[in-house]
Amino acid sequence: MAFWIPACGRCKTMDTALAEPTNPIPAASGLEIRERKWHAVRAFLRTPTSIIGVLIILAWIAVALSIPHWSPFDPIKQDVVNRLSPPSSAHWFGTDYLGRDVFSRVLYGSRISLPLAVAVAMASLLSGSAVGAVGGFLGGLLDEVAMRVADITLAFPAIVLAMAIITATGPGLENAMIAIVIVGWPQYARLMRAQVLSVRHGEHVVAARAVGASESRILIRHVLPLCISPVVVAVTLDMGNVLLLASALSFIGLGATPPQAEWGLLVAEGRTKFYQVWISGFPGLAIMSMVLGFNFIGDGLRDALDPRTRTT
Amino acid sequence: MRKFLVRRLLVLIPTLIGVTLATFSVAHYIPGEPLAAVLGQRALSNPEIVARYRAEWGLDKSLPEQYLIYMGNLLRGDMGKSIRMQRPVLDDLSEFFPATVELAIGALLLSIGGGVLLGVVAAIKSNTAVDQLIRAVALIGSSMPVFWMALIFLQVFYAQLGWFPGPGRLDSALAPPPAKTGLYVVDGLLARDWEVAWNAFKHLLLPAVVLGWYQMGLIARISRAAMLEVLAADFVRTARAKGLRERVVITRHVLSNAMLPTLTVVGLAVAGLMAGAVQTETIFSWPGIGRYAVQSSGNLDFPAIMGVTLLTAFLFISANLVVDVLYGLLDPRVRAV
Repeated sequence: MAFWIPACGRCKTMDTALAEPTNPIPAASGLEIRERKWHAVRAFLRTPTSIIGVLIILAWIAVALSIPHWSPFDPIKQDVVNRLSPPSSAHWFGTDYLGRDVFSRVLYGSRISLPLAVAVAMASLLSGSAVGAVGGFLGGLLDEVAMRVADITLAFPAIVLAMAIITATGPGLENAMIAIVIVGWPQYARLMRAQVLSVRHGEHVVAARAVGASESRILIRHVLPLCISPVVVAVTLDMGNVLLLASALSFIGLGATPPQAEWGLLVAEGRTKFYQVWISGFPGLAIMSMVLGFNFIGDGLRDALDPRTRTT
Repeated sequence: MRKFLVRRLLVLIPTLIGVTLATFSVAHYIPGEPLAAVLGQRALSNPEIVARYRAEWGLDKSLPEQYLIYMGNLLRGDMGKSIRMQRPVLDDLSEFFPATVELAIGALLLSIGGGVLLGVVAAIKSNTAVDQLIRAVALIGSSMPVFWMALIFLQVFYAQLGWFPGPGRLDSALAPPPAKTGLYVVDGLLARDWEVAWNAFKHLLLPAVVLGWYQMGLIARISRAAMLEVLAADFVRTARAKGLRERVVITRHVLSNAMLPTLTVVGLAVAGLMAGAVQTETIFSWPGIGRYAVQSSGNLDFPAIMGVTLLTAFLFISANLVVDVLYGLLDPRVRAV
């Protein structure tokens, strides 16, 4: 429970206050919790990579929202005369095998990938942590069954299980998204359950129960708020992984379908064009930049929220 | 130690049963006509084939009975027939699996070697420019889509620069070595056919780098953190205080203790390699089970994809078991729990 940030006297005192090994729940007042949040924000902003991550994601959000107003070309309009032309002042990223403008297609791709990554990660988060939190808090048969199902799901490599599910349900972006949620929820269930287990016997929970709070109120008001931060870190990092998985599925033909401007599909369209590297090169860079953005943010959040990982 | 081993093996049984239950239920809840998915449209119009299939898999019986029949067939190695290849899935798997093993071993060696090296250097030079550079290499590795990296590497290093041979396991002019292990490099060496072994090795390098990079970043991160933790321990200070050279302190005292947490990631890495193999093999035309899975799913060849799913899950579970056992061998504290 150490909370230590270099060059901060206030935190050092908190470090000693929280170093009580027998009591995992810091008896923090509201004021202290607020101060700790503030320290986490400062620690987050002190890392250059976190700022870069935030800027990347903000830039992609801006692009995704505004691209229809300033896109230089229609992303699905074909121009066969100018097919396979290399990057130029007219076509910044060149054109593909149907003469479509790669720059416009890549930027339009953010309108699929960004909401997809956020929505799928959030859906896994909500379903997984609901299972984990309720299971961990109540225990019993429900918990046992849910955790076994989670274990079994985690025994499959994610992409292979996703491929099997999509083969059964039929290819397409929606089925791919559902498959990714199915392979993705167990990590949240496990994480949330471990958190709830470490908190549920805390003194403040006993106190709340003593004054007659209902179980659901205790779970929502007194247990869950203390379990949030690792889950926030996990979901940010997961958005990057969701994006990688979704684009990989699209790439092998199980996700988005032509003529959708989805990044994995864009890379696949340049697959046989060995001498026109720009066709698959730029969409791949787009995927990488967005994943890197999420990873930078997640990494910074982890360091800020749980300084144990940042050994000096 | 034997008790520990037995207990770990016993814990495995429910997981394995669970895995087969999962594949059984995915197979059972195919929307639409399940038989079409398993047999293919053409075979579906032949009532004889349909009747035989129904009898073999007990489709007219109750669900628990069906599951038992499914398990019985599985234990006899019967995973059904691949629609695309028109032969038992098991034959396909045993034909394509060695290629994946060769690729995975190459990638694993690269990622463990490179990852530990990078992690150790990053820890010794922690919070310097070198550390930042290694962190960047690791983060880029985990942010890069594997299929894209494979494609770009192939376009740049094969098509443009010509430094590496193209896709596949061997140049097409060469005949595969006589199969003993199924690993071309090893078989080539065993047959004393140096040309084939060297050629197979060159073909292996590029896909192995692509496949191993992601895991290398992961291993570098974990070993860096573990190294830093051990470096701060009292016995390291003692070792330094008694005047040991820094190199001895690092290799004897720190490294041997820091490798334990790294071992756990290696188990995960094996699973990651299976996932990455799906993408790498597709691009490098590497005839392994990853490419087989992609081709099967493209053809909606359901029995084939279920075979791959079962096999990879089994591998993943075994890899974790091996890691657990190694961990128990190396750290007596684990056995006691």
